[in-house]
Amino acid sequence: MDQIVEKPDTLIGKPIPKPDAPDKVVGKTTYINDMVLPRMLIAKIKRTDRVHAKILSVDISAAEKVPGIVAIATAENSPKGLIGVLKDNPPLKGDKVRCIRDEIAGVAGETEEAVDEALKLIKVEYEDLPGVFDPEEALKDDAPLIHDDKPGNLSLTFDFEHGDISKAEKDSDIVLEEKYELHYVTHTCMGPGCVIADFDTHGKLTIYTQTQYPYNYKMDLAPALDISAGDIRVIQPPVGGAFGSKLDVYPFEPIAVYLAKKARRPVKLFFSREEEFIASPTRQPARVYIKQGAKKDGTITFRDVNVYLNNGGYTSWGATIPAVMMRTMTGHFRIPNVEFHSKAVYTNNPFAGSFRGYGNVQATYVTATLMDKMAEELGMDPIEFRLKNAQKPGERTPQNSLLKTAALADCIKIGAEKTNFLEKHAANVAAREKPGRIRQGIGIATSIHNAGGAKIHKSDGCGTILTMDDYGRATVITGASEIGQGIDAVITQLVSEELGIPTSDVIIANNDSAIGPWDVGVHASRTTFIAGNAARNAAVKAKQQILAAAARQSNVSIDKLDLRGGHVVQKDNGVSVTKLDRLLRQMHFAGDDAELVMVSEYYEPPSELEDKNHVGDISAAYSHGAYITELEIDTLTGGVKLHKMTCVQDVGKVINKLGIEGQMEGGIAQGIGYGLSEELIIEEGIVKNPNFRDYKVVTAPEMPEIECHFIEDDEETGPFGAKGISELPCIIPGASIANAVYNAIGVRFDNPPITPEKIVRALHGDKIEAAE
Amino acid sequence: MSAKVDITFTVNGAVKQVSVPANMSALDMLRDQLDLKGAKEACGEGECGACTIIIDDTSVCSCLMYAADCDGRTIETIEGVQTEDGLDPIQQAFVEHGAVQCGYCTPGMVMQAKHMLNKNPNPTEGEIQRGLEGNVCRCTGYRKIIDAVAEVARS
Ligand code: FES
Ligand code: FES
Repeated sequence: MDQIVEKPDTLIGKPIPKPDAPDKVVGKTTYINDMVLPRMLIAKIKRTDRVHAKILSVDISAAEKVPGIVAIATAENSPKGLIGVLKDNPPLKGDKVRCIRDEIAGVAGETEEAVDEALKLIKVEYEDLPGVFDPEEALKDDAPLIHDDKPGNLSLTFDFEHGDISKAEKDSDIVLEEKYELHYVTHTCMGPGCVIADFDTHGKLTIYTQTQYPYNYKMDLAPALDISAGDIRVIQPPVGGAFGSKLDVYPFEPIAVYLAKKARRPVKLFFSREEEFIASPTRQPARVYIKQGAKKDGTITFRDVNVYLNNGGYTSWGATIPAVMMRTMTGHFRIPNVEFHSKAVYTNNPFAGSFRGYGNVQATYVTATLMDKMAEELGMDPIEFRLKNAQKPGERTPQNSLLKTAALADCIKIGAEKTNFLEKHAANVAAREKPGRIRQGIGIATSIHNAGGAKIHKSDGCGTILTMDDYGRATVITGASEIGQGIDAVITQLVSEELGIPTSDVIIANNDSAIGPWDVGVHASRTTFIAGNAARNAAVKAKQQILAAAARQSNVSIDKLDLRGGHVVQKDNGVSVTKLDRLLRQMHFAGDDAELVMVSEYYEPPSELEDKNHVGDISAAYSHGAYITELEIDTLTGGVKLHKMTCVQDVGKVINKLGIEGQMEGGIAQGIGYGLSEELIIEEGIVKNPNFRDYKVVTAPEMPEIECHFIEDDEETGPFGAKGISELPCIIPGASIANAVYNAIGVRFDNPPITPEKIVRALHGDKIEAAE
Repeated sequence: MSAKVDITFTVNGAVKQVSVPANMSALDMLRDQLDLKGAKEACGEGECGACTIIIDDTSVCSCLMYAADCDGRTIETIEGVQTEDGLDPIQQAFVEHGAVQCGYCTPGMVMQAKHMLNKNPNPTEGEIQRGLEGNVCRCTGYRKIIDAVAEVARS
């Protein structure tokens, strides 16, 4: 009797639990923070308490004598190499300190108590220098110079010009000119910073790290260590979140390495929560001056954007966010004439890194609220004005992003329809005139983001090796990192879909740079697209090899065979030709003809680097989203209650329903925090609220209902049509909320977060001033 | 070094006798002395819930509690929730609903959810949200956690 294997339902689009979830729910997962290696020492950092000062002396003599102290690293006794995007950051500071997080010494000892004791005994003498904390102030001729070799305190600049903005301004019927002040927020990963460094006796380093870009990490770490990048092995144990915060090398990592080298023992260096707030990168704050013009009929004529980025003391990825800001400022709405100029300027503040959404959170806050302001100025409704200017499929942005499947107009239309937007919007405006304490608001915001990787390095590729064992299990060795986002589930799904095996028969190996092939890391919403393509292509190759062997054995031609339910079957009738595991063993143990199913794939997306004028189609695909917020405001207390967020996003294709919803909801929570409650308050360089009590992340009661509508337009270059999705959910909510707040109370806030205090001051400022 | 205190208590059904420094937190004792590293220290100041355990019948932030105060009490940690028959329904629901991403908040969330359902087996959605108020999750946006708890409450 022939065995018939029914064609199973496709796995694509189904809710697949993360393979690592069971271990996580029982408390079994060993995070880096939980790790203990034999003879491991504990280490911490002595930080400065000044924001700008010359270091006159560092005295570690008393600290060294504390029982249990094994090694102390200072600038004087450690390698001198530099880290950071511009290589301007010495991990240990010897000549001067430039911001409050600066590192003076690393101390390693047998116990935390000994280390804490020694930290107190390190004596540092300083000569204070005048500080500067505002980017425009820091550009002035008489401003204190922060790095001797950076004249004018200038870090990075970006300039883009397209068309003729002065002519366009003359031709405009209306012109709006606005200033935005975008604030500091920080990642607050639940797993605080941690690293473990260990040398073998050949002098090769194994570093256990939270990094989300393991391969470039080696390259960026090596210059600080005086060793070759090739002698660094990066191991990525499970981490408690990353969200972009782990895309650079930060000083604590080389410091742990210096200590491990001195001690010839493994060293674990970790942060307290307070330190995590003070000494982790932030999102890049930005001051944005923007001018936009339009014709009476609502056609946008030009944009002129000038951005000042408060770079802080050193340059990490924060200074590069204009690369992403610009794409949103210049495109997705048709902007025929546009200039964008930005300056990242050194100050004595802590410095910014990358954070989910990159500069697009800031750019979208500006552009999406400006679109609303201009619609009102023109007497158009916010939907009509947006639709009038929305780019269409096939258009290119001024920077040459090709919008193959631009779904912006669809996103806007669907969002407006699902929420009955226009009716509610008009009713809320009318209600503002009537008495009442509680006001309802509805607002829309849209954006665009790269969704097929982003070629910011020479390679945007990912390598994958797929092997099959004798029992029909597939091991996928991928360069892609898992930081909680769920690429483990996505790859499992893609591979089991191609190979016709259960998801439980796919094993992912991806946390050791000595084993995994190259990948650029988790950023730019790239992993599902790039690593997904690599994994799927590898699975297709493996499948071809298996089917070829089955065809030889069965005399059925290869194009009539398929893999299904652990069998090789005839495609048309599902009749089993052989069991997969049996075939694999036969292939493997075939004497002189033996073959192992072991394939590799290196996927590099079809995208290009920007040229020096910032023109280039940097991503294989782009994605749009329109998010609509409904909320109410208590005009007495300034309290904002979010009712609902309706999110329409062009995702190409849903791969893992659970994963995509989780990314949407998690991103939205961070976006809500950006808009309403989160702000790292930094005064004269000092972080004022380094704890969860005063830095207010969103918690369960504040989460609104979330309704997602996914536009699935099957991106031709994506794995099963998928695009990258996970930054837009963090990018759009803040602006959407700001527009809803305006709809409710008629007040604009160009300086998020929109806190109750700001609302109350805006509504009752005169009374408050009188009382104060 | 602070003076040591000898204490006896029950953790996940087993009686333990340990000697702890008087200033040690319950969380450090669990993690460092008993090797129960499920509970996490994500803030150490009672603001995030990652260290939540159940003591007698209340949920507490173990980072804020002295180890010495565990004397004579009954503690349940995340390691004690799973039974021989498999995952607890709450754990199962967290897995199936996608309530776990990085998972760092998860042990605390599960303990808090368990405690909440012990006290109130039929919470409304609002009660679930308020019940989880002290537990920060930076990854999930809470919706799936709320759904998971609601499903367990329903069944
Ligand atoms: S670690 Fe105890 S509440 Fe945060
Ligand atoms: S799953 Fe990462 S903090 Fe909750």
